[in-house]
Amino acid sequence: MTTENDIYNFAYLDEQTKKMIRRAIFKAIAIPGYQVPFASREMPMPYGWGTGGIQVTATILCPSDRLKVIDQGSDDTTNAVSIRRFFAKTANVETTTKTEQATIIQTRHRIPETALREDQTLVYQVPIPEPLRFLEPREVETRKMHALEEYGLMHVKLYEDISRHGAIATTYAYPTQVNGRYMTDPSPIPKFDNPKMDQMPALQLFGAGREKRIYAIPPYTDVRSLDFEDHPFEVQQWESACALCGDDQSFLDEVILDDRGERMFVCSDSHHCQTRQEQGFHGSQMPENHAGGLQEKHDG
Amino acid sequence: MQEMLITEKLCKSFTLHVQNGTEIPVFENVEMRLEKGECVALTGASGAGKSTFMRMIYANYRSQSGSINIRHGEDWVDMVAASPHRILEVRRKTLGYVSQFLRVIPRTPTLDIVAEPLRLRGEDAAEARQRAAVMLERLNVPETLWSLSPMTFSGGEQQRVNIARGFIANYPVMLLDEPTASLDQVNRQVVLDLIDEAKARGAAILGIFHDQSARAAVCDREFDITSFKVATDA
Amino acid sequence: MDEPIMAVEGLTVKYGSHIGCKEVCFDLYPGEVLGIVGESGSGKTTLLNALHGRLEPSHGTVKYRTRMGGMDDIHAMGEPQRRLLMRTDWAYVHQNPRDGLRMAVSAGANIGERLMGVGWRHYGRIRDNAVGWLEDVEIDTERVDDSPATFSGGMQQRLQIARNLVTNPRLVFMDEPTGGLDVSVQARLLDLIRTLVAEKGLSVVIVTHDLAVARLLSHRLMVMKSGEVVEQGLTDQILDDPQHPYSQLLVSSILQI
Repeated sequence: MTTENDIYNFAYLDEQTKKMIRRAIFKAIAIPGYQVPFASREMPMPYGWGTGGIQVTATILCPSDRLKVIDQGSDDTTNAVSIRRFFAKTANVETTTKTEQATIIQTRHRIPETALREDQTLVYQVPIPEPLRFLEPREVETRKMHALEEYGLMHVKLYEDISRHGAIATTYAYPTQVNGRYMTDPSPIPKFDNPKMDQMPALQLFGAGREKRIYAIPPYTDVRSLDFEDHPFEVQQWESACALCGDDQSFLDEVILDDRGERMFVCSDSHHCQTRQEQGFHGSQMPENHAGGLQEKHDG
Repeated sequence: MQEMLITEKLCKSFTLHVQNGTEIPVFENVEMRLEKGECVALTGASGAGKSTFMRMIYANYRSQSGSINIRHGEDWVDMVAASPHRILEVRRKTLGYVSQFLRVIPRTPTLDIVAEPLRLRGEDAAEARQRAAVMLERLNVPETLWSLSPMTFSGGEQQRVNIARGFIANYPVMLLDEPTASLDQVNRQVVLDLIDEAKARGAAILGIFHDQSARAAVCDREFDITSFKVATDA
Repeated sequence: MDEPIMAVEGLTVKYGSHIGCKEVCFDLYPGEVLGIVGESGSGKTTLLNALHGRLEPSHGTVKYRTRMGGMDDIHAMGEPQRRLLMRTDWAYVHQNPRDGLRMAVSAGANIGERLMGVGWRHYGRIRDNAVGWLEDVEIDTERVDDSPATFSGGMQQRLQIARNLVTNPRLVFMDEPTGGLDVSVQARLLDLIRTLVAEKGLSVVIVTHDLAVARLLSHRLMVMKSGEVVEQGLTDQILDDPQHPYSQLLVSSILQI
């Protein structure tokens, strides 16, 4: 019986490629935070759409897995939807938007608000894996700096922030040191998510397709965000809570409502927000027809 | 008496490579001794090479052969053979040289130029300046000039700055090239007093004095360089 | 008895069959400034690069006295150790300040980089230090947060010097530090270098083709021609009584004003 899927190997990539990528992943796990070069393949979508993350996901995906894909925390953006469909089609795996039900979560720019478990794997899409690139354009030099743990330059970036803005203004791709050794770019997640990486029970894998690098943070690994003694690391805070679910602990996106500049803040993690709404939490702008019934059950 | 400076079989010639390798012999086998506490006048006709000889002793000019031995603390140092490092040490601690010209360092105030020999020995900046001020005052350099670079000073003023710089460090051996030239009577007497004081503390001095009466006032004997001069055909 | 901070023996660099520099020998003592003079292509920069480990010599040794007191062959030591020296104990001042500065970050960050590199993690103290150094090199401290791209050439060069000296290095390499600057700017820079060298007791190897610069800054000179040291000695000796034909030619070529 030949189906359309049999034209391709399971999860698109051929077995040799998967072997090669698995070797890179094993090495990456063995040396937390170290960028392992790999022979990145052409994927049926352009660089910048998450080809690194897709290759990692394709390699670790098994038929029994349940996949969730998020982009900026949301399950329903074009990027998330097309990647989810890609794997539904090429691997025929179950997909979900529920964080707690997923075994593999591929993400761009966020870590879900729901705490991850040991039996889950988080796959990041990474545009520029080299945290030192900002100040040192030469690859040969940055590799040496990693090898010799010469990381003073990373603090130059933070120094520059403080001198310009009075505080560390880097809000995303905030540099981290993994396992007390390698300076590692957390991908462009908001620094709000950095603390979640530290001692996370789930395995974290990072794939950069264009730059051909894979790196990893194994479960329960120390991830420290850089800072100065007199300017300690802090996560951003909002004055308002989510306008839909009322959460004042989650990462919020600003949404412009009309041409007059009306705006509201909503959870960036769409599944988290929806779950809370289903549990009866509500924010200031929750549509009334939704609010009505649920409010009575769960208010307070 | 204790000998401080001895030259033996000292020879000097100039080879002018840019002028077809012309060789100009200057001295042959100069033998000279200088003792502690004496001032010797270096004499000879104009062009005999008095200043050249002095520069050789200071190792500013190189000697082709022979030796220039200077008592440097407990040791003797041969200025012909010594390493640059050693020569600098001798210049810092033992051998002073007052040339006819002050080498001005741009932007450096007079007070610091005079204090520099002490600073090079590692002495405290404030104290070195204090002593430099005393010297300049004695040589009648107006205080208003101390903070300026001597670049624009008159010849006489520059010469006095030069002398102050040469005498501040109490070198055991001193070379003076026309120290009283271009000075007025008052300052000339100050310099002669400085020389007398240096002799009294035991300095061995070799000086070029065109000024007969100055020579007579401070020098104990003369050393004529003419007899060592190599006759040239030119 | 003081001992040399750097001892160089038989140092030779070949580029294929071409000689970069040949059989160079010298000892450099603490607080001493060694000038290397010669025309372009005479091997000055090659020698400088071989001295600080950037170029591997064909043969010969460069030994450096570490703070522990031992003499270590800098070409035999590992790259990590050499790089550590390069950002702590040594300094390198480039002719073009743009080669030695990070133009994308502020003056303060340029000065602070070495401090952060050796583990300083207190922003306030790093910045205070940077401000202090700007004062030392006569740059308006108000400009600590400005990009060096907005500085004049002379200011950039002074900033480069501050950036290099902030970790109190013992040995400084300078490659034509005053080249390409206006004469008045040059004088100010020379004065600054001279003062810093004397005050901090730095040992310096300075490459220059300008004999006036050499006279003002260096205690000793090495005259190079076609990769070979044709004459070395005290600066005033070489400039006032040069022996080698080439040194005589160099000295006689100085323009009198």
